[in-house]
Amino acid sequence: MADNDHSEEPTPYIEAIVTYISYVLLAVFGHIRDFLRNKGFEANMIATEPDRTKSFVPLYQNFESFFTRNLYRRIRDCWNRPITTCPGAEFEVMDRDSPDYGWTFRYPGSTTRAVNFGSYNYLGFAESSGYCADAAVAATEMYGCGVGSSRTEVGSLNIHTQLERAMAEYLGTEDAIVFPMGFATNALNMAALVGKGCCILSDELNHSSLVLGSRLTGATIKIFKHNNPADLEAKLREAIVYGQARTRRPFTKILIVPDAPQVEGVYSMEGSIVRLPEIIALKKRYQAYLYLDEAHSIGALGTSGRGVVDYYGCDPRDVDVLMGTFTKSFGGAGGYIAGSSRLVRHVRQSSHSAIYGASMPAPVAAQILTALNILLGRAGPPDEGKRRLRQLSVNAQYMRARLHQLGLIVYGDRDSPVVPFMIFMPGKVAAFARLSLAHGLGIVVVGYPATPIIEARARICLSAAHSLDMIDRSVQVIDKLSRLLRIRYSRRQPPDWTRDRTRAWAEAQLAEFSRPLAPTHVASSANGVALIGA
Amino acid sequence: MLIFVADADVSWEFSDLIEAIYSAPTYHLVFEGCLILFIVGLLFQHSFLPSKRRGGSGDRLSKAEEDQLIAEWQPEPLVSGDPADEALLASYQRCATSQVGRSVTYSDGRTLVNFATGNFLDFIGEARIRDRALASLRHYGVGSCGPRGFYGTMDVHLHLEEQLAKFYGCEEAVLYSYGFSTIASAIPSYAKRHDIIFADERCCFAIQQGLEASRSKIIRFAHNDTAHLEELLQRQAEHDRRDPKKARVTRKFIVVEGLYVNCGDICPLGELVKLKYKYKVRLFVEESASLGTLGATRARHLRGGRRQRAGRGSDSGWNRECSGPLRGFVVGTKYVVDHQRLSGLGYCFSASLPPMLAAAASEALTMVDEMRGERTARLKSVSDRLHQRLLAELDNLWSVEGAPMSPIKHLRLHRCTGENSLPALEAACAAAADAGLLLTVARYVAQDLGQPAQPSIRLSVNCNHSDSEIGSLLDFLKSYATGLAKKCFQQLNISRKVRPWII
Repeated sequence: MADNDHSEEPTPYIEAIVTYISYVLLAVFGHIRDFLRNKGFEANMIATEPDRTKSFVPLYQNFESFFTRNLYRRIRDCWNRPITTCPGAEFEVMDRDSPDYGWTFRYPGSTTRAVNFGSYNYLGFAESSGYCADAAVAATEMYGCGVGSSRTEVGSLNIHTQLERAMAEYLGTEDAIVFPMGFATNALNMAALVGKGCCILSDELNHSSLVLGSRLTGATIKIFKHNNPADLEAKLREAIVYGQARTRRPFTKILIVPDAPQVEGVYSMEGSIVRLPEIIALKKRYQAYLYLDEAHSIGALGTSGRGVVDYYGCDPRDVDVLMGTFTKSFGGAGGYIAGSSRLVRHVRQSSHSAIYGASMPAPVAAQILTALNILLGRAGPPDEGKRRLRQLSVNAQYMRARLHQLGLIVYGDRDSPVVPFMIFMPGKVAAFARLSLAHGLGIVVVGYPATPIIEARARICLSAAHSLDMIDRSVQVIDKLSRLLRIRYSRRQPPDWTRDRTRAWAEAQLAEFSRPLAPTHVASSANGVALIGA
Repeated sequence: MLIFVADADVSWEFSDLIEAIYSAPTYHLVFEGCLILFIVGLLFQHSFLPSKRRGGSGDRLSKAEEDQLIAEWQPEPLVSGDPADEALLASYQRCATSQVGRSVTYSDGRTLVNFATGNFLDFIGEARIRDRALASLRHYGVGSCGPRGFYGTMDVHLHLEEQLAKFYGCEEAVLYSYGFSTIASAIPSYAKRHDIIFADERCCFAIQQGLEASRSKIIRFAHNDTAHLEELLQRQAEHDRRDPKKARVTRKFIVVEGLYVNCGDICPLGELVKLKYKYKVRLFVEESASLGTLGATRARHLRGGRRQRAGRGSDSGWNRECSGPLRGFVVGTKYVVDHQRLSGLGYCFSASLPPMLAAAASEALTMVDEMRGERTARLKSVSDRLHQRLLAELDNLWSVEGAPMSPIKHLRLHRCTGENSLPALEAACAAAADAGLLLTVARYVAQDLGQPAQPSIRLSVNCNHSDSEIGSLLDFLKSYATGLAKKCFQQLNISRKVRPWII
């Protein structure tokens, strides 16, 4: 896949300076307000230490609460927006108003309909009807919705085995094991693979679950620059040649943990795709092991949706540990680890999650299993899986091209369904979040501390459930808002590939699947039952 | 540096400066020159980076040497060749084809009475809860497709949090999507590197992970031994008196479990709360297993005890006793709990709880409220009765660990029945399956510090276990252990014939 330009447009100086000034102003006003609060001129709405524990050591740092109180509180309404429907192509967002400038919310009970660009519903499997939902209903009726025991005690259900088999087949690995929470899959299983005396080479932008997982292993952790194979090689050589600090013993094994293909981490939403072929070459040359977190790429990238391995046409056997989650593309919850049968057997025996944590609830397993079967072409209308994959890829490129043409600074790779564009200033971030919802777009905005201070942004997550019309309408709104808020910062020409990504191109790409683009409402519940029983 | 002759009443001009240089003694000029050279030298020196100076300047390896070392390096295989634990792996293959309620059906057609999973209040399979879950599934779909911050919050989540807070009489509750991660991320969101945590030595593994992730100083006290804890707290107070500056910024915590999963004991909460206020230590209570099971007295404790908060982890919490849906939550005062919404890793960075599970949990909670402790009381009496019978009837065959009213009990083979080993207990569980009973050994990972010294069978009581079911459990335990004892005795006899001095 060509056309992948890895250099992001840097923040222009003027905008960077203005952004810093905004934060300084916010901090100055914050201190003034704090002063007024302390002197009793202004009502103090902060949750404070109850009287009975006043004399204790404060539970958290003063700065943290300063930030919450004076910066985050002002724009709290831009996050945690509750919804009342399924997170499909569109959703109903609960209206809120705050009588006291963000300290508390009131819910008048009304809702606003918006196009959902916030959820990670890449393949559009988050549906409340259709094949997947029917299967989940059947599974609930058969197994109930909880288990109450771990896999290694008595918590294994038939459907777990079916799911593991299907997942291994889908990924092209020998075996797989599933866990009920994606975060825990990383955080609790890395300790089963590496330990003291090992080295973990971790991308600087890795998701916090990987950071926590690495920390719990007790291994030495070295950080390499984001998606930079040259730096990785330097760190690899150093790790092998110089070994452990102080004791100077060689490391027993080295595990490379590259960035999840589209980061959603501490520095959220880069939208860039890991340079896997180069990393595999390095891993082979230096005999290291590779742990690939496909949280966002599984189902979303590659011609058959098998993630980044499929996208580059690599051999899944070259990746030692394939990890991913079911939250995003499959509309479920949980995660998996796949690889050689030896690896999976080892994980089964020593995974903290499999030994202490409860097993995956049956309806969730059924949802994922059915989604997998659709992708494998075993369930649903013929070519349904292919259609969803094509729709997602067309949507992603079409949207990205249109945003480039508006003159926004857009980050990430051409094929990534996560499309972040830069807003920079905190005031504009809040304005964009509020105005876009008022215009019927549910878009996520992110600023400091989730991003570097001068890289606040908005992020659009595309889904196969979106239609081209929805995208066109949304682009019109963004066009209007970007002019109003003056966020067309880009000083570069739009990339060459954007030129031919027109509506006509998109329609031609989808012509093969001439069926209307509605989600699979046609399925009967009898089908779902049959799938589970199988 | 040249102008060091400071005559206050002399105003210096540039020409005077030049003049001063000429008139200065030579040794002085040489000295000044050396100083300048030294500064220039400093400016051009390489910056001092420990990483670039491994073992001194001449130690840097050439590329060829590095390549040589890299070629020589032999890593261990990623997965060490540990022997396969067949009994453990078999548990993945032994799959239920029905819900894991009071009885479970397996793929081989057998239906067993369940004494193995924490379905304490018999909510798994409760029609009312299942119907609510199904209705929610039909409305929201399965997954929430995002973390709480980014459109992953549904109205059911808000409702459930409100309900939980009300249930505990606390200001606020926070929901997590996986029990294990709840306590493991709640602890490190407050306790940082320089803080001190006093933890019970038998705390479950999720807590151990939280302790490790916090990187605080961990002080373990003897299990349920408040005297020991007080001694340690006193010692710490002594330290603090000596170094008040440090004490002002060092947070201190006590971490205990409400009902210890690893041994079935109940923590002495009243005394802990007293210690908390006496020594100004914050208290975490992990109540995965005790929620709803310890009922009335407990609730009074919780409400009247004014503990700082209960970190409630582990799916077990709700998986075990309620319908299985609610995975984990933390309740407490707003000041304490709100902090987690921005700094609990498992809260911020994980997809939220599937809405159907939240709805089911909320229904279960309503049921608990409506029943006014009826099932809890029944559970307590069943547990107590089982405990008494175990003690009375199996005195020489099995040893029992756990409080009488606790629904979790650990069984171990008595000495006269042979060795109490994991394989022996696994064999007992397999034999129990033939007798129509589902039992499980308690599983631990090797690194678990809180695990009991001896392997055990973990019994979990269900409030609806009938007397006849308990009777058949006791019959089985008795006949199985008697069989073992007989075998053991025969072996002993044989060996006595051969080597009579053994006894």
